Amino acid sequence: MTDSPAGPGTVSRVVLAAADIDRALTRIAYEILEANKGGKDLLLFGIPRRGYPLARRLAAKLAATDPALDADAIVGQLDVTMFRDDLAHQPTRAPQPTQLPAAGIDGKVVVLVDDVLYSGRTIRAALDALVDLGRPRAVRLAVLVDRGHRELPIRADHVGKNLPTSWREKVRVRLTETDGTDEVVIEAGA
Amino acid sequence: MKHLLGTESLSHANALAILDTAEEMAAVGEREVKKLPALRGRTVVNLFFEDSTRTRISFEAAAKRLSADVINFAAKGSSVSKGESLKDTAQTLEAMSADAVVIRHHASGAPARLANSGWIDAAVINAGDGTHAHPTQALLDAFTMRRHLARLAGTASTGTDLAGLRVIIAGDVLHSRVARSNVWLLRTLGASVTLVAPPTLLPVGVEHWPCTVNYDLDAALDAGVDAVMMLRVQAERMHNSFFPSTREYARRWGLDDARLARLDTLGLADTIIMHPGPMNRGLEISSAAADSPRSTVLAQVRNGVSVRMAALYLLLSGDLHDDAATPFSKDAR
Repeated sequence: MTDSPAGPGTVSRVVLAAADIDRALTRIAYEILEANKGGKDLLLFGIPRRGYPLARRLAAKLAATDPALDADAIVGQLDVTMFRDDLAHQPTRAPQPTQLPAAGIDGKVVVLVDDVLYSGRTIRAALDALVDLGRPRAVRLAVLVDRGHRELPIRADHVGKNLPTSWREKVRVRLTETDGTDEVVIEAGA
Repeated sequence: MKHLLGTESLSHANALAILDTAEEMAAVGEREVKKLPALRGRTVVNLFFEDSTRTRISFEAAAKRLSADVINFAAKGSSVSKGESLKDTAQTLEAMSADAVVIRHHASGAPARLANSGWIDAAVINAGDGTHAHPTQALLDAFTMRRHLARLAGTASTGTDLAGLRVIIAGDVLHSRVARSNVWLLRTLGASVTLVAPPTLLPVGVEHWPCTVNYDLDAALDAGVDAVMMLRVQAERMHNSFFPSTREYARRWGLDDARLARLDTLGLADTIIMHPGPMNRGLEISSAAADSPRSTVLAQVRNGVSVRMAALYLLLSGDLHDDAATPFSKDAR
């Protein structure tokens, strides 16, 4: 869907280039370590699809900073499809795999990672999905872009970029792992 | 896709979507909390006009794991025994606002009648009708074969089909809806199917099915096979004599101990033995074969819950936004 070329009458503007995304992730990685006072008990859960590559990148940065961390052992993927509140109103979504770190999530600090924070409904679904998997000590939220327009009382702990948008605009996050290139683009409707 | 009535019209993409979704549903079954809220507030009616153990329990477990409310209806002990018609039963369910009707019926075509007559709005899932179709059984068989292939190759099964798999379906093909649904689905997924049965237990027109036919089980085994599916001899549907005696049937078309040993002699170490159940031990399958490590009978039952969860989820989740052209959208946000 993100790959479709912008139709006639749409204007797209790059707001984060590859280097900006990398810098934002580096800062978030340091913020996570600072807020957690080190790497103890940290787990990073990416929300499909683009949250997962972001979680992997963050984990690599965390591991580079704190050698006690094993990047592969702290990353997971959390599918929230079955917990969404709009299942009956959207075209059917195929669920994605959920991959948990072997140690489980009880007593851990889980950082949810997603690309765009918008209505907050995906994160609500993620919180419900987490409850069924165990009882983390704390849950935090890291997003690459916060575009506003929240519909639920949810906020991010770590934000790559706050991006004031109109609801008519579309925010596209493209990542090398899923789309072949690293950029964040705003598309304005005609 | 609003209903699941058969496998003949199921596209390759939709079949894979169901199997891939079932793979994720199977992962839920291994968790501590084996429940998803996806169908909360939806009502699934199990409408069974024919006896069943595993299919009904399996559909009930699947619906409950997706948090749907389940109403079980068995024709025995209901107003059907007072002569109520299918239409009146269906409209009763409609009045109770059922979202999905899982129907098993002794008459071929009853689910299609229910789906296309305009009597009800609910999604209809065929859980076996007469000698016509049993799509979820075929899907769970394909799921079991796909996992077997993936295990042999040491890869993930998601996204793969059954290209190149050699399957023998042996036994009472004439009365078997399982065989019919499997022939079509396995063809779609790229497997090659050989039917083995006495000529009296093959339907008229079998030569037009996308499979080959062999009357000799030993010859079919000799040709090499990756999965042997034995069908139940459906004595309750046999009002004629189709073979001289059960002893002769077991000797010539049953998977007995000698043929089980032959699989080893032929070097077919990875061949699995499947059976949709219930088994007639000693008739179409020997106890040694049914309980051997090759047997996937219990795995099939386990996979049945995952596949039926996938079918219920895919049919019920997007139905307020019906888009026939693209029933599954993987990337929608």
